Amino acid sequence: MSTLSADQVRYVAELVKLALTDEETELFAGQLSAVLDYASALEEVDTSRVAPTATVLPLRSVMREDKVEPGLSVDEALANAPEKQDGYFRVHAVLEGGQ
Amino acid sequence: MSKYELVVGLEVHAQLLTKSKMFCGCSADSWDAPPNSHTCPICLAMPGMLPVINREAVAQTIRAGLALNCTIAEEAVFARKNYMYPDLPKGYQISQYELPLCVNGWLDIDAGEGTKRIRITRAHLEEDTGKLVHAGDVSLVDLNRAGVPLLEIVSEPDLRSIEEVNEYLSRLRQILVYIGVNSGNLERGAMRMEANISLRPRRSAELGTKVEIKNLNSFRAVRNALEYEVARQTRILDSGGEVEQVTLGWLEHEGRTYVQRTKESAHDYRYFPEPDLPPLFIERAWVEELAAGLSELPLARRARFESEYGLSRADADVLVGARATADFYEAAVAATGDAMTPKQVANWMMGDLFRLVKESGKPLQEASITPAMFAELLTLVANKTINANTGSRVLKTMFQTGEGAATIVEREGLAQVSDADVLAQAIERVLAAHPDEVGRYRDGQTKLLGWFMGQVMRETRGKADPNLVRQMLMERLQR
Ligand SMILES: [Zn+2]
Repeated sequence: MSTLSADQVRYVAELVKLALTDEETELFAGQLSAVLDYASALEEVDTSRVAPTATVLPLRSVMREDKVEPGLSVDEALANAPEKQDGYFRVHAVLEGGQ
Repeated sequence: MSKYELVVGLEVHAQLLTKSKMFCGCSADSWDAPPNSHTCPICLAMPGMLPVINREAVAQTIRAGLALNCTIAEEAVFARKNYMYPDLPKGYQISQYELPLCVNGWLDIDAGEGTKRIRITRAHLEEDTGKLVHAGDVSLVDLNRAGVPLLEIVSEPDLRSIEEVNEYLSRLRQILVYIGVNSGNLERGAMRMEANISLRPRRSAELGTKVEIKNLNSFRAVRNALEYEVARQTRILDSGGEVEQVTLGWLEHEGRTYVQRTKESAHDYRYFPEPDLPPLFIERAWVEELAAGLSELPLARRARFESEYGLSRADADVLVGARATADFYEAAVAATGDAMTPKQVANWMMGDLFRLVKESGKPLQEASITPAMFAELLTLVANKTINANTGSRVLKTMFQTGEGAATIVEREGLAQVSDADVLAQAIERVLAAHPDEVGRYRDGQTKLLGWFMGQVMRETRGKADPNLVRQMLMERLQR
């Protein structure tokens, strides 16, 4: 039975840029632990004779020809944007480090 | 010599030359296109959309891998590299992690008289991010570039000086352009570099603390950033300090690095296999087909130019610099036949022709002159129909009008005058007009011969056979 600590939840939340309240952190620690426990049932399966794979589907080497196809207009592309400016999506300034 | 040795490994991101993006049908060429005009639900990361691998991007990556002496994987897998940034609509970049397309290669670079082998760790395929334009307290996002295929080439830390770094980058660019997988146009972002750098005391086997420098968009930026870091780290080590393991950015206009991330704040990318893309099984027959289509690479071609045409390494290096130039040269040598040696053809090409190309501001392949036309001109010079100076003039006209050499020579009456009577008359006229100079020559100022030559050439409108004039002048002046 794995139990995620509040710190682990905060770390994951920071990675995906989510601001959680303390209550939410508690709530998700419990929920996510339950999810991990559920998935950990897989660890009981003996896989010592199974080669690792990146997929469970029978598909291999699916590729398309290098052909340009029409996409969206600028207006369509920006239709769902909360903020836009001069044909761009607009977001809060992103700067890293001492820039 | 500094008491520290520089150790550098490079990551180069090269934009491939596909028509469409890596995983969707949007045009990959968005230079000058209005922002967000090359997008679709796939590269905008709309929910439920599925990527499909561009076969040509895989082919170009394999060709690059072969040119860099890599092993081409039997099985290649795409992976998600997870991080949040506004230029990355999906919240992850599709890249390769555990099973890249190309591994364990090498690239030879010039080092003094010989060559040095730089090991290539891997070359893999990934998608580019969008572009951010910073405007005060907001950033503007253009997703035209998001999803454009990038080839990432990672070297081992085998580079030991800034000169080696520069040589490696130049060779790599040359190869990628040669095999047609990259435009080589760095002003348009065709290649972007990251450098891993550390310093260690000379003769030390241990590596120093590694610092990563990101966003280097030109070879000059790489050089400047490395020089800056070497100086900075030397100061730290000299004063007994320790270099901190950080990720740095480079501010080109300020000429300094800045800390983007410390070890503590390093990214945790949580790579895992991309569930939306089935693994690639690369058939050997396809690899062989791609290998067969590869042209001769620059260094091999240079070696052949040295041995086959008797050129110096420096001359051969210039001629193989661009594939079109090398192709032009070989075609011109073949068309000139025995009329001139390959060395003479090279001299004409690197002298007069390159000057004209440079003045025109356009590449050789766009000039109106063909190798056959160039060879015709050289043959007229070789068989003394025209002299070398006239040859230069005719070449210039050819370059401007696209006419053949023989046409121009005939129309402008430029054929060389080798008729001894005509030349003798011209010489008499010159000597009669300049009795003082004749006297000084006869008093021992024999270097005036060149001046007399010039007068006779003027008298014959540049068409005289210079060797014959020289010989006749010397005989006449000794009398
Ligand atoms: Zn698209």
